[in-house]
Parts: sequence; structure tokens; C-alpha cells
Amino acid sequence: MLPCTGRIEESLLLKAFENGADGVMVVGCLEGDCHYVSGNIRARARVNRVYGILEKIKIGPDRVRMFNLSAGEGSKFAAFANEFVGKILELGPSPINMVRAGQAQAVSQKEAT
Amino acid sequence: MITGTPKPIEEILEMVEPYDNIILAGCHGCVTVCRVGGEKEVQVLASTLRLAREAGGRKINIKEVCLERQCDPEYVEQMRPYVGDYQAVLSIACGAGIQFLAEKYPIMPSLPGINTGFLGVTERQGEWSERCQGCGDCVLHLTGGICPVTRCAKSLFHGPCGGSMQGICEVDKSVKCGWQLIIDRLKALNQMENYGKLKPCKGWSTARDGGPRRIIREDMI
Repeated sequence: MLPCTGRIEESLLLKAFENGADGVMVVGCLEGDCHYVSGNIRARARVNRVYGILEKIKIGPDRVRMFNLSAGEGSKFAAFANEFVGKILELGPSPINMVRAGQAQAVSQKEAT
Repeated sequence: MITGTPKPIEEILEMVEPYDNIILAGCHGCVTVCRVGGEKEVQVLASTLRLAREAGGRKINIKEVCLERQCDPEYVEQMRPYVGDYQAVLSIACGAGIQFLAEKYPIMPSLPGINTGFLGVTERQGEWSERCQGCGDCVLHLTGGICPVTRCAKSLFHGPCGGSMQGICEVDKSVKCGWQLIIDRLKALNQMENYGKLKPCKGWSTARDGGPRRIIREDMI
């Protein structure tokens, strides 16, 4: 949890994928309502750049997405989270996790024989 | 500052394809300011390369470093203790830095991660424009602080050409005529007499025409 999405760096989002995330949702305040003036606008630009990177390296751009809502919109947060999880389930594991699962399976098969 | 733009990731991946163990070197100088080769860009590019390579089934180990300046020997020397442990160095400094690494570590392939641009200024976040071509014989005191070598597409020295239309250069509608800018500025400064003081013929021997240049300051050696 960060105090403001403006603190999110592109490298932090990419690290999440390196660490095994299948999808990353960034949830910031409503645009025009940032306590730090433009933190969520900066975050949107960074998420867009990561979107472009994931598309180019064929990880899948839809695995990162930014949502905006206010702190009082709990039910909306739950709806966004469910929507995003549904989308990631539909996409399946990230190519990184597919490769890692394949390697783990090969190791366990080798150990069994 | 020296500006630059990132190379396409596909091109960088092709460059590092033969290697499994590389150094990714950024620079805290100009390329940090123009957001193409600083510490943050090192982190983003390293993650991107690791993800792309692992997704392709072949991991790459990357040592992330960011030198104070890649164009000064004392900072480049800081890599010496570990440089032999890696197969290549991918530099996202300017062309000078990349070449200096190649020169100081001749057995190590030095790969360019950016395309170096020009000597320029920041217009606003994300926009830079050229101001100086390093011709080696500055006349800015006569031209209202606007460089005819850089700002005029033809590097003319005696006023605008016939391609100047209502202050716009014929080369591109987004380019202002350098000489129109100079004359407007000289008028505003009440220095139009400087227009006539320009040298009859500029000597280009101090510019790139004489081949690679060097500066030797005897007072500093």
C-alpha cells in the first residue's frame, strides 16, 4: 500500500511481474481529486508506459490496468477487483509463470525417474 | 544537455541475444535529465529484458549500475572490479559514454541502448529541441543569442533564404525560421547594427569538417 499512486514507478510494476504476478491493478483516487495534486495523473502515464512495454515483450498489455475511485467507494472497489481478477483468469497465467511452471514440472518428472 | 531516445526494445533484445550475463550501465549526467538513461531507466530496461528473455525460455542475468558520468575516466574505472564477470555491457548513456566504455574495456562488447540525439534544451517535460552544433566559433553575441548554425536549416550566415515564409522555415511548418527569429530579437534589443558585423565568411575548420576534434587546455594539464 502506498500513500499515493504518484509514488508508483514503472520498475515497481514490472518487478511485480518478475515476482510472479499474473496481473497488476493500480487503484488511485479520482482524477482531479488527488491530495498531492497530480499523483494519479502521473500514475496513469506510468501505467500506460508499462502497458506499452508489456505489449512489446508479449507478456500481454491487459495484465496491467489502472482504476480510479474514492476512498468511500468500497463496493465499487470490490466490483473493480472482481472484474480485473475475472479478466486475468480469462487470460490465464503470464508467459513468465507458464515457463516457470514448465521448468518446475520438468524438474519434478526428472526427480521421479 | 546531450539528448537521446530509447532504442526499440526489439533491437536491444536482438543485440543482447548472444549473451546471458551482462552489465546494464546508466549515467547520472545528461541522459538522466532527458529521461533516457538514468537510474530509473536502468531499472525499467533491466526488468523489461529479464521478462522478455524469461518468457522466451532463456533467462538473462543483468547487473544494474548507474555511473556518475560515463564520459569521465574516474567513474568508468569504478566498473573495473567486476567487469570481467560479465559478457557484455549495454550502455544507455550517450554515444560518448558508450564509446568510452568500449575504449576502457576493450575485451568487452559495448552495446548502445539508446540513440543519441543532439545538444539541446528542455522545452517542457517530454520535449527537447536542438540549440547548438558545437561549431567551435560562437557568434551568439552578434545574433541576439540565437544560433544561425543550428536554428537555420541551411546554417546560413547572412539572413533568411527564399524559403522563409511568414517566419516559418520551408523545411517543416513546425520549424521557425532561425533568421527571422534573429532579426526580430536584434530589433527588440535595438542591436540591428550587429547584423552587419557578421563575418564575411565563416571558417568551418573548427567544426566537424576537420574530422574528430579535441580540446587541449595547456593551462589545465
